[in-house]
Amino acid sequence: MDFNFTQEQTLLEDSLRRYLAKSYGLPARRTAIAAPNGYSVEHWQAYADMGVLALNVPEAHGGLAAGPGGNPLDTLVVMRELGRALVVEPLWMSAVVCANAIALGGTDLQQAQLLPELADGSKVFALAALEPGGRYDANHVAATATATAGGFTLAGRKAVVLHGAQADHLIVSARVAGSITDAEGIALFIVDRAAPGLRALDSATVDGLRAAEITLDGVVVPQSALLAGGTGGNTGGAAVLERTIQLAGAALCAEALGIVEALIEATNEYLKTRKQFGVPIGKFQALQHRVADMLVCVEQVRAMAYFAAVKVGLEDAGARRSAIAAARATIAEAGRFVGKHAVQLHGGMGVTDELAVSHYVKRLTMLNQTFGDYEHHLAQYAEGMAA
Amino acid sequence: MDLNPSAADRAFRDEVRSFVRASLPASIRDKMLHQKKVSREDTVRWHKILYAHGWGAPSWPVEYGGTGWTAMQRLIFDDECALGGAPRLVPFGHNMVAPVIMKFGNAWQKERFLPRILAMEEFWCQGYSEPGSGSDLASLSTTAVRGQDGDGAHYIVNGQKTWTTLAHWADWIFCLVRTSREGKQQEGISFLLIDMRTPGVTVRPIHNMHDIHHVNEVWLDNVRVPAENLVGEENQGWTYAKYLLGHERSGFAQIGFHKRELQRVKDIARQEMAHGKPLFDDPRFRARIAQLEIRLQALEIMGLKLIWDQEQGKPPGPDASITKIFSTDLVQAIGELALEAAGPYAQPYQPEAQYLDFAGEFAGPPYAAGLAATHFDNHKFTIFAGSNEIQRNIISKMILGL
Repeated sequence: MDFNFTQEQTLLEDSLRRYLAKSYGLPARRTAIAAPNGYSVEHWQAYADMGVLALNVPEAHGGLAAGPGGNPLDTLVVMRELGRALVVEPLWMSAVVCANAIALGGTDLQQAQLLPELADGSKVFALAALEPGGRYDANHVAATATATAGGFTLAGRKAVVLHGAQADHLIVSARVAGSITDAEGIALFIVDRAAPGLRALDSATVDGLRAAEITLDGVVVPQSALLAGGTGGNTGGAAVLERTIQLAGAALCAEALGIVEALIEATNEYLKTRKQFGVPIGKFQALQHRVADMLVCVEQVRAMAYFAAVKVGLEDAGARRSAIAAARATIAEAGRFVGKHAVQLHGGMGVTDELAVSHYVKRLTMLNQTFGDYEHHLAQYAEGMAA
Repeated sequence: MDLNPSAADRAFRDEVRSFVRASLPASIRDKMLHQKKVSREDTVRWHKILYAHGWGAPSWPVEYGGTGWTAMQRLIFDDECALGGAPRLVPFGHNMVAPVIMKFGNAWQKERFLPRILAMEEFWCQGYSEPGSGSDLASLSTTAVRGQDGDGAHYIVNGQKTWTTLAHWADWIFCLVRTSREGKQQEGISFLLIDMRTPGVTVRPIHNMHDIHHVNEVWLDNVRVPAENLVGEENQGWTYAKYLLGHERSGFAQIGFHKRELQRVKDIARQEMAHGKPLFDDPRFRARIAQLEIRLQALEIMGLKLIWDQEQGKPPGPDASITKIFSTDLVQAIGELALEAAGPYAQPYQPEAQYLDFAGEFAGPPYAAGLAATHFDNHKFTIFAGSNEIQRNIISKMILGL
């Protein structure tokens, strides 16, 4: 057993934390959000220069991962810092979610074409998996891919695609066979966001990101755009998608850890400095107990973020599914407690836009409705639980 | 024991329901039912409609132009207004400063202020909290110094109030100010009525965590207030403030409001599809709604018991703190479940879609558009009007004797 991070991971954490502490305060974040594409290209370039966009790209294609399935522990280190700094750049979506999807599903040629541009930040990718009416079920795919002479024609609609209107390429799930919720018959395609017939309805999100509703109306893609799955009865697409979403989920657990750590630090500091009735309010036992309960939750989040990062590499699909579900359910529940009481203990200040507390809570809330919420993960865990 | 309403109360409920249905403008109702932004004009308009019907002040005695309703009738009225989609009545004039003026004000003040509150000709806000004085309200430091000049006796007021709800809509503010530093903190506080148009009054917005501007900072810089605007006696303001808080805390059950919001969750759950079926048919999700509906039933009976106690002549007391805790926790739980019901569509935020006249394309189902703003705004309920921690102090001291 070993709970240590490697020296390289510690160095990565230090350099990223130093960079973000210096250049990513709330004012810088507001500026990034107000930029035309909803994030800062300068910060994006800085992440590329630090190598963090390459963490989940296999070494063979210019990245830092040993192979497909990425680098979950390095990703944990990075995502925790992004959570702590409330970063809005599409690092999670492009360099974690899509890097893993391409590495897991793509041919050598596709990886060689796509991953270097992803790793150096020159191209941004977004996964368009969920659909209206499907909630968090990635196998709910009504979008269709019809084979043509030279490739496929895509039609359908994709829901809440984070950074979807800003990405250069979308990874789109569409059905080549089977009926609407079958795992079989799902394929993944690389689609140019500017392709004719693709429409992105862009909006802000509650927590400072961007999201798009993607409509595919006869979008023509070549055979080479097929990333995974595709032939009749092939479950490859669904399997790649599931594993990608699990890696994405493990990364969200790490982001949540950074957020709850920041929240308890801010709350603790506030209890020590805010005075009422002539004393710092941290002298009141009722509030001491509350923040102690918050810490119990923070440590649950930490435990399960570590657990997720380690177990997401399991080859056994059932065990992996249960582990990620357990981690994400814990994070949703414990995170909700930390967020709610961080606001409460900050009193009126906690509900203002001025302090970071409210921004952390909004991100934490929405993160728990990204690729599955508490109920979704609890049900998934229960389904696979031993009698 | 009999928990059924009387025939008279049932008839009264029907009367209010028909009135709201017939008289509440559809545009205001739709804003409330669809979580859209409500303007000052909407709020004032509804007050004036009620006033024209003789219902301008549901909680006032008849001698001041009120309805003279029983506590039960007031509860029914609040319920039916909330269920019918009426804006909540702004409490600062009607339910806060007015009872203080009635009990402690002089004849001139009653004549000057009460009719205008009743007719909603003047909009009020409350100047209590200060940056350094929230839960510890008695430590407030805004000063009022009495003086005399050619225009008569007056106070010069300096300081800052904060969390002042709807100050940007208000014509008047009632303020707790420090007139003495002798003795205990509570003994040097006075209750002053200040015209918001007086030179030296500045209102600055505080933006809440989700794009809502309800609260403000109110800066008072050498504001000259005529001495006739002092309510009651100098340095007795704390007594009046406590009297007012008793009124503020008596209206916390908000049963109709909860029912309306719980109905929203059900409506969303019936429209959201999960695994090919409405989310409402998912036994787990349905049980979560049931859990909140059961809590709401308990709250309703608790509220009725408080009313019955009042009818038996028991003055409103610390029991209201129990209702406040239970009710505000419930608001948050309902808002949270509504957000959860919307699934991934909880995430998009379109500021323009917060207005009823939005003609653009919704990112998700229209019912999802305002859920986050409501959910995040709900965080205030356990903080304002005496945080739930302060309510617990009240319960443990005043009820449990600890």
